[in-house]
Amino acid sequence: MWVRITVAALLIMPIVALVAVPTYSNPSPHLWGFPFFYWYSLLWMLLETAMVSTAYVLVTRARRKGGSR
Amino acid sequence: MTAPQAAGPAVNGVSLGVLVFFFVIVTVGGFLAARWRRPESMASLDEWGLGGRGFGTLTTWFLLGGDLYTAYTFVAVPAAMFATGAVAGWFAVPYTILVYPLIFVFMPRMWSVAHARGYVTPADFVRGRYGSRGLALAVALTGILATMPYIALQLVGIQAVIDTVGLGGSSNTFLKDLPLIISFAVLAAYTYSSGLRAPALIAFVKDTLVYIAIIAAIVYVGWKIGFGPTFHAAETKLNTKTATGKLTGVFIPGNANSYWAYATLAFGSAMALFMYPHAMTATLSSKGRNVIRRNAAILPTYSLMLALLALLGFAAIAKKTSVFGADGYANAQLAVPHFFAQVFPSWFAGVAFAAIAIGALVPAAIMSIAAANLFTRNIYREFFRPDAMPHEEALVSKIASLVVKFGALLFVLSLDRQNAINFQLLGGVWILQTFVAIVAGLYTRWFHRWALLLGWAAAMVWGTITAYQQKVPNDKIKLVDGKPVIEHHGQRHFGSSVANFPFTHVTLYIAVSALVINIVIAVVVTVLLRAVKAPGGADETEPDDYYSDAVSPEVIRAEEPTPAATGVITHPTSRREDT
Repeated sequence: MWVRITVAALLIMPIVALVAVPTYSNPSPHLWGFPFFYWYSLLWMLLETAMVSTAYVLVTRARRKGGSR
Repeated sequence: MTAPQAAGPAVNGVSLGVLVFFFVIVTVGGFLAARWRRPESMASLDEWGLGGRGFGTLTTWFLLGGDLYTAYTFVAVPAAMFATGAVAGWFAVPYTILVYPLIFVFMPRMWSVAHARGYVTPADFVRGRYGSRGLALAVALTGILATMPYIALQLVGIQAVIDTVGLGGSSNTFLKDLPLIISFAVLAAYTYSSGLRAPALIAFVKDTLVYIAIIAAIVYVGWKIGFGPTFHAAETKLNTKTATGKLTGVFIPGNANSYWAYATLAFGSAMALFMYPHAMTATLSSKGRNVIRRNAAILPTYSLMLALLALLGFAAIAKKTSVFGADGYANAQLAVPHFFAQVFPSWFAGVAFAAIAIGALVPAAIMSIAAANLFTRNIYREFFRPDAMPHEEALVSKIASLVVKFGALLFVLSLDRQNAINFQLLGGVWILQTFVAIVAGLYTRWFHRWALLLGWAAAMVWGTITAYQQKVPNDKIKLVDGKPVIEHHGQRHFGSSVANFPFTHVTLYIAVSALVINIVIAVVVTVLLRAVKAPGGADETEPDDYYSDAVSPEVIRAEEPTPAATGVITHPTSRREDT
């Protein structure tokens, strides 16, 4: 059960973060010349890779133990 | 600084030579691909159309990457960044981020049920799940209809490269289009003989070239132009008012309407992506549900590439790259190829051109295979030859893939380039309307087949009309004696992919508005039909089918042909291991 909730949270977070456009549609703070709006999207790319990978590990482990999904 | 291409049809021999070199390599690879993981017989859709259903993690990664990141990514997204900025262009970045959690959740179920029941296309699944030939036909036709302009858009990408190396300037129409015709004829030939193995193998070459080109370009931008000045130049251009008093574009979405437009474009496109037949084909060709989940975790590296490519649109603004084509007209699609020609030596520009051109050929091959599979399974076999043998299916699919490709070629050669882009926009609106039947079907049989059909039909009609109604001034900029002159050609339709949601002033992606209409109708009509106990159709799938993977006992059980599983006609009897 906790695995399912954690996996769901990991997968939903990137979606919520990026659909909530007003939370990041600002020019500042800048990073290496990138306005916030642009580097924040790129940051989520890295975060998502980590989150989906974690979800993968959790799901695979749970399945090996005999759960479904 | 004006690119020399604008001056006239001067052929760049070095770039052309490099381009031709890589083209020959992938052609040889495409034909040799038939021997790769060679099957006993290529004469079935499982082998020709799904590459034997045995691709491992790495091959699937290259295949899906090669499949999903197309000429649209390399040419159209940077072009949109160059012309109008964030809402039209950068939305592709959140879009390709949003898509992977969705894949992680939905696609393993799709893979499992398709594997268990021998489904080759999404329409096969709909047919089996709802017992409805009508709904399956609707899904199949939508898939074919949406894929055709997508293939045409790949051709537009190749055209941009051909134009840039200087082959597009001939006044003779036939000579001008000859390179495009040759490259497509060659593509058609090796797809015919090798099936899905050809693009799977070529995808390795494609992605290597793309990564090399994009890393070099982004190092150049960071080192020679600087990211700060790049963004500053883009901001200045996009915030400049045009003659009509409107802003040129959007640098950062700044009001409620652009928030909604940006968010729905990203989310709607993400939902639509895996409804496309070619995405489904590449997914079903993998050897296990774990391969798909693992890929959902590692595919975002491609999104990074997409983002960097998109930024080249801004870099082209900063470098004041000329986008005038050989015909003298400004064409934002030329921004990236011209940028490479402008800032890199000819030989390296050739590598980048090869990356773009091959990057268009790989998805075009997979798309034509996917559309052909839809035709074979869900039209030919369903309505004309219910007892078609596997080898007959493979032959029909091969021929259909040729027809699809030449249809797309005729489309591009006979119609204005703008039409390919318009129809690609419509394709996105259309394909999302199969989402309800397919994705809801993976979880529940609650929806009634007739309700789904009605919701689909209403959304298709509304979406098409609404997209048509979006009018914008049809202005073209022509270079006359070295000076840009604006020509007015009245108004054109399909001017925008966003429109107001009915009875509101909220601007949404048309596909998403249509999907809302689709879902509302499907729900309401399902409730009504259930109240009058309308016949729901037989469901041939079992709950276990949605969880099975290559090693679980359920698959072995499901592989024994049962009377219920009429869709099962061919199965790979032995599963090869991918290393």
